[in-house]
Amino acid sequence: MLRFVLKRILIALPTLLIVSILVFGLQKLLPGDPVLALAGEERDPETLARLRELYRLNDPIWMQYLHWLGDVLKGDLGMSLRTNQPVLVLIAEKLPVTLQLATMSMIFAMVIGIPAGILAATRKNSWIDWICNVVALSGLSIPNFWLGIMLILLVSVNLGWLPASGYESFFVDPVRSLQTMLMPSFVLGTALAATLMRHTRSAMLGVLSSDYIRTARAKGLPGRVVVLGHAFRNAVLPVITLSALLFGELIGGAVLTEQIFTIPGFGKLTVDAVFNRDYAVVQGIVLCIAAGFLVMNLIADILYAVFNPRLRTEL
Amino acid sequence: MSVAAEGLAPRARSRAWGKFRRSPAALVGLAIVGFFGLLALAAPLLPIADPLATSWTAIRQAPSAAHWLGTDELGRDILSRMVWGARASLAAGVVSVAIALATGVPIGLLAGYFGGFTDMAISRFTDALLAMPFLITAIALAAFLGPSLMNAMIAIGLSAMPIFIRLTRGQVMAVKKEDYIEGARAIGLGHVAIMTRYVLPNIVPPLIVQATLTVATSIIAEASLSFLGLGQQAPAPSWGSMLNVAKNFLSQAPWMALWPGLAIFFVVMGFNILGDGLRDALDPREH
Repeated sequence: MLRFVLKRILIALPTLLIVSILVFGLQKLLPGDPVLALAGEERDPETLARLRELYRLNDPIWMQYLHWLGDVLKGDLGMSLRTNQPVLVLIAEKLPVTLQLATMSMIFAMVIGIPAGILAATRKNSWIDWICNVVALSGLSIPNFWLGIMLILLVSVNLGWLPASGYESFFVDPVRSLQTMLMPSFVLGTALAATLMRHTRSAMLGVLSSDYIRTARAKGLPGRVVVLGHAFRNAVLPVITLSALLFGELIGGAVLTEQIFTIPGFGKLTVDAVFNRDYAVVQGIVLCIAAGFLVMNLIADILYAVFNPRLRTEL
Repeated sequence: MSVAAEGLAPRARSRAWGKFRRSPAALVGLAIVGFFGLLALAAPLLPIADPLATSWTAIRQAPSAAHWLGTDELGRDILSRMVWGARASLAAGVVSVAIALATGVPIGLLAGYFGGFTDMAISRFTDALLAMPFLITAIALAAFLGPSLMNAMIAIGLSAMPIFIRLTRGQVMAVKKEDYIEGARAIGLGHVAIMTRYVLPNIVPPLIVQATLTVATSIIAEASLSFLGLGQQAPAPSWGSMLNVAKNFLSQAPWMALWPGLAIFFVVMGFNILGDGLRDALDPREH
C-alpha cells in the first residue's frame, strides 16, 4: 500500500512541475513590455530599469522561471500590486469562505443527486426515471449565474425570505451564515447534483445487473436490503471518488456564484485581481487551485485503492 | 481494407442514423440546435430593429406589441439583441470547439500512436492542463490575453483541449491494435498516412459526441466570461453581457434578465440532448 501511495505521489510531482511552468508562462502572454504594465503611469527610464532589475527581466527566461519557482517553494507567491499584501496571505484569508461554500454545495449535491440516482436506477424506464433524467439534464444546462439571478429576484426581491448578498463567518453567527449561504450553495450545487445523479444511476444500473445481485434476490432478500446493502455499497465508490474530482468544477463555478451573491471568497478575489490587472494574484490562485486539485486527485486514487484492493496491483 | 472502409462504413452510418432518427429526444435536441442556428444565420435578413439603436423614449419598457421582449436600459430592442446575441453564443461554442479539436486531436494522435516517451510526456502535460479548472483557466487566459470575444474563444478552446487529447489518445490506442493497421504497416505505408487515412477515420464517432457536448459547455463558458466582462465587449450584444447589465435592474426590469438566461438554457440543453442522442446512436456497445 505504501508503495502504491509513493508511486502516485511520484506521478503527481512532475505534473505539478508542468503546472508551475504553465502558470509562469501565463505572464509571458501579456502583450507589450511587462515593466510598463508593472510601472503603471511611471515612465522614468531609471525606474523602469530598476524594475527590470528587480524582476530579473534581463535574465534568460529559464533563469527567471527557476528564481520564481524557488520563491514559490519558499511560500512566496509574490505581492499583490493593488493591496501590497503577500499573495499567499490574500489567498489564505479568502480560502475558508470558499471552502464553506464548496462544502455546503457538495453536501447539497450529494443529498439530492445520490438518492435520485438510486431511485432512477431501481425504477429504470419508469416515469420516475424519466423525471429524474429531465431534471438532471436541466441542472446541467442551466447557467448557474442565471439561476442565481433568478433566485435573488424570486426569493429575495419578491418574497424577502433570504438575504440577496453578504457573508457572515460560521464561527461568528452560524444562523446568519447558513442563511446567506443557502441560496449560493443551492446554485453552485445544482450542476453537481445533476452530474452525481447521472453517475450514480449508471453505476447502480451496472451493479444491479450483476450476478451477485441476482443471487441476493434469488435467496429471498427484501428489495431494500439488496439495493442499499449490496448494490449501493458497490456502486458508491466511483461516485465518491468522482465527487473529489468535481472539486475543480466547484471552484470554477464558485467564481460566478460569489460574484452574483457578493461573497468575499476565492472567486471574488480572482475576478477583482483580473480587473485590477493584479497578475501575481491571478497566477497564485491558478497555482493553488491546481495544486489543490492534484491533492484531491491523489486522495481519490488512494481512497479507491483502500476500498478496492484489486486496483492496487494494476495501477 | 478498402472493402472494410467502403463497404461497411456506410452500413454502420445508416444504422446509426436509423437509431438516431427513432430517438425522439435526439430529434428534439437537433430541432432546438437547428432553430437557434437558423436564427443566428438569418439575423441580418430578419425584419427586426437595429440591435445597437438606442432610444431615450423607450427605456426599460416591458414586453409589448412594439417590443415583443421589451427594451433594455438604453431603450434597445431586446428581441433584436437576442437574435444577434445568438450569433456570438453559437460562434463561441463552435469556434472554441474547433480550436480544441484542431489542437487536441493531433496531440492525442501522436501520444496514442507512438506511445513510449512521447505518450508519457504528452500525458503529464495533459494531466497538468486538466488540473487547472476549465473556467479558472479560461478566466486567467482571457485576462492575460485581454478581453474580447475572439480571445474568450481562444481561452475556452485551449481550456477544452486536454479533454480531446485524452479522448483521442485512448481511442487511438484501441484502434492501433486492429489488424488493418498492422496490414497498412505491412504494405509499407508511412506513419502520417496510417494516422490520417486509417486511424483518424475510425475514431471520429466518439469525437463527434464529445465535440457536441463540449459546444454546450463552451456556450456556458462564453456566457460566463461575457457576464464577467471578459468576452463580447459593449455595445455588441451577447447573452452573457446582457445578463451582466440586467442584474443591476432586477427589480425594475426583470425581463431583461429572463430572456438571455432562457436562451442560454435552451440552446445548451439542445446541444446536451443532441450529444446524448448521438452517443446512443454511435456507441458500438449499444448495438
